[in-house]
Amino acid sequence: MKKLLLGNAAVAQGAYEAGVRLVSSYPGTPSTEITECMATYPAEEVFVEWAPNEKVAAEAVIGAAIAGGRAMTCCKHVGLNVMADPVFTDAYIGVGGGAVFCVADDPGMHSSQNEQDSRHYAKASKIPMLEPADSAECKEFTKAAFALSEQFDTPVFVRLSTRVSHSQSLVELCDREEQPLKDYEKNIPKNVMMPAMAIGRHVFVEERTRRLAAYAEHCAFNTVERNGSEIGVITAGISYQYAKEALGDRVNYCKLGMVWPLPEQMLRDFAASCREVYVIEELDPFLEEACLAMGLPVKGKQLFTLLGEYTPSMIRKGILGEEPAPFSAPREALPARPPVMCAGCPHRGTFYVLSKLGLVVSGDIGCYTLGAAAPLSSVDTTICMGASVSAAHGMAKVRGSEFAKKLVSVIGDSTFIHSGITGLIDIVYNKGINTVIILDNSITGMTGHQDNPTTGKTIRGEATRQVDLIGLCRSVGIDHIKVADPFDVKHFEAVVRQEVEREEPSVIIAQRPCALLKKVRYTGHCRVSDRCRKCKVCMKLGCPAISLEPGTGAVSIDVTQCNGCGLCVGVCPFHAIEKEEN
Amino acid sequence: MGTMNIMIVGVGGQGTLLASRILGNAVVRRGYDVKVSEVHGMSQRGGSVVTYVKYGDRVYSPVIDRGEADIILAFELLEAYRALPWLKQGGKIIVNTQRINPMPVITGAAEYPENIGEKLGALADLTAVDALELARRAGSEKAVNVVLIGVMAKSTAIPYEEWLDTVRTTVPEKFLDINLRAFELGYQL
Ligand SMILES: Cc1ncc(C[n+]2csc(CCOP(=O)(O)OP(=O)(O)O)c2C)c(N)n1
Repeated sequence: MKKLLLGNAAVAQGAYEAGVRLVSSYPGTPSTEITECMATYPAEEVFVEWAPNEKVAAEAVIGAAIAGGRAMTCCKHVGLNVMADPVFTDAYIGVGGGAVFCVADDPGMHSSQNEQDSRHYAKASKIPMLEPADSAECKEFTKAAFALSEQFDTPVFVRLSTRVSHSQSLVELCDREEQPLKDYEKNIPKNVMMPAMAIGRHVFVEERTRRLAAYAEHCAFNTVERNGSEIGVITAGISYQYAKEALGDRVNYCKLGMVWPLPEQMLRDFAASCREVYVIEELDPFLEEACLAMGLPVKGKQLFTLLGEYTPSMIRKGILGEEPAPFSAPREALPARPPVMCAGCPHRGTFYVLSKLGLVVSGDIGCYTLGAAAPLSSVDTTICMGASVSAAHGMAKVRGSEFAKKLVSVIGDSTFIHSGITGLIDIVYNKGINTVIILDNSITGMTGHQDNPTTGKTIRGEATRQVDLIGLCRSVGIDHIKVADPFDVKHFEAVVRQEVEREEPSVIIAQRPCALLKKVRYTGHCRVSDRCRKCKVCMKLGCPAISLEPGTGAVSIDVTQCNGCGLCVGVCPFHAIEKEEN
Repeated sequence: MGTMNIMIVGVGGQGTLLASRILGNAVVRRGYDVKVSEVHGMSQRGGSVVTYVKYGDRVYSPVIDRGEADIILAFELLEAYRALPWLKQGGKIIVNTQRINPMPVITGAAEYPENIGEKLGALADLTAVDALELARRAGSEKAVNVVLIGVMAKSTAIPYEEWLDTVRTTVPEKFLDINLRAFELGYQL
């Protein structure tokens, strides 16, 4: 049966068919749906979990593989940075049951804080990497990755990109092939990586890379398509689709399904058979530099950008010199439509107060990063998950306690568990006085509502023990912990004022659930009465439902956008906004 | 057949993903090769959202280039205008006449362009629909997406009955009646 599947769903199907027994991941766009889809397969067949962070997830996978079961973790490109430590050493240990690390890059940064190219990790860690170009290949390559892993005693990367992960195309579904657990054997030289053993394993790794390179020459995923042209194109993944659409049968293709290690002889033969050879790859010149190092006269980044996504028209123009299709365009500049906090978002109350108090806000990654957008413009920094806490510690130490009293960290519940808690321990241990605000909206919002250790539910929706944030902070040595509702603006403001002034570290838990959660039922909507004095305080909330009427300067509330959360009612100094039930 | 390129644009939260699911499923039943490209994540939070649906004998790139969309199905006026450069010469725009102010307009940093409908009408084959009103009539404002699919359905070679079947198998059981009414109201327009 053929089915229209997201690339991510197809990866999950491939892992399922391959008999995967454990999938452990931390969410991250564009990889999240892989793990969500895994949780739709029977629990008796696959154990699936959200881990607190990518490192933990990868370690669970490595353990499962050592114990003889096939296992997979899936992350976004920056997630691979977090799990890099165990990954590099697992390259030495290898596997029992097959281990697959699936990583999704985000060219164009649709949902990311940087545009790194994960292929470098394959080369640096000496782990082979496969790269599918559509959903059918997502399934096939993932399935094959498990077999390859066991055949060569190595973990295997599957690299995706946003347009592969988030495009649906047709996939043939097959049955699951159960894989018996491999025998578990204690094997100190292979599994205990201390210097004496690791020295031996490094020899194995280098020898394995040579065997993998030889395998790449005949790997069915590396194909040459000859169309009788003098032009040759070396490409992989989504770039192949763009090239094929742009150039059709007018060039020859060398399509690499295995992007590390590379099939050197195949590339040499291909290049020798063409008069001109181009490398078409988004992001870094990874394949290009490998070709140049072999002495092949290829062209790539001298024609094409290092930035963002490619398009067929860009490739057609670069290689054939053909102009793109004609089009009409608006004759005026259009207002941008950046993402905004939803109507009813609990973070809005928090940032309204922080902005009003003019505090320096050490920010983090989640829906609340939008606190940097106008009109709240509250967030000062965003680096990576967890950095709100640890970077604020650094800020406070160099600028002193007066600065620290005008500084807060903001961090979501999921992000706090991911890597904020270690920063908090640093503050306590090294005598900081920072205030950390944990934005507890009862869910992992940004990536589309995943449960996490603070929500009390597993990925399959089963009840589980909930991490007690208060108890956790207290146990690491925070004596001042307040819980406050960010929609009770006056109280919230008073709490923030009090805690930042303190000469000791403190935590404020801003508690109010995400407005998009099913359990949250705001009703009715808000209305502006004739008591409005046009003071525009409500406009500072940046609520998508509240706007100024052009010309009159009167405030109006769009009932199709308003969900009746009532935050503006409490903010209005003239009690001019009223709540109406439907 | 060559490739048919349909671009669905709107504002995060308007239900464009369901529209592309229905369209994707409808063309799969016809035996076409198809690719549907969505963007998840950040842009869903009230930002501009774009979905591409491409079908034909063989589809390679899941993305539609500028000047190559046969149909633009727009859930909001400004987003229709923003998508104009993607329209093929001679292509068709179907637009919901709803206006949703983006944050720069709300804060007064920018102005919402005037008379977008007329401007688009002068440059392209335009069908403007008050899909929000039709959705209300069908029983829920949320059914804007299915109203618009109904309007678009007439511009495709896929028969009416097949569209209905696809709506039946794609939307959640609970909202089936509302959605069938919504499809009908769009289709009969
Ligand atoms: C290392 C890393 N992993 C994953 C992500 C993707 N990501 C961005 S924010 C976020 C979680 C946000 O959840 P939470 O902290 O609870 O805040 P909310 O969005 O609910 O406000 C995730 C998983 C990332 N940016 N970096």
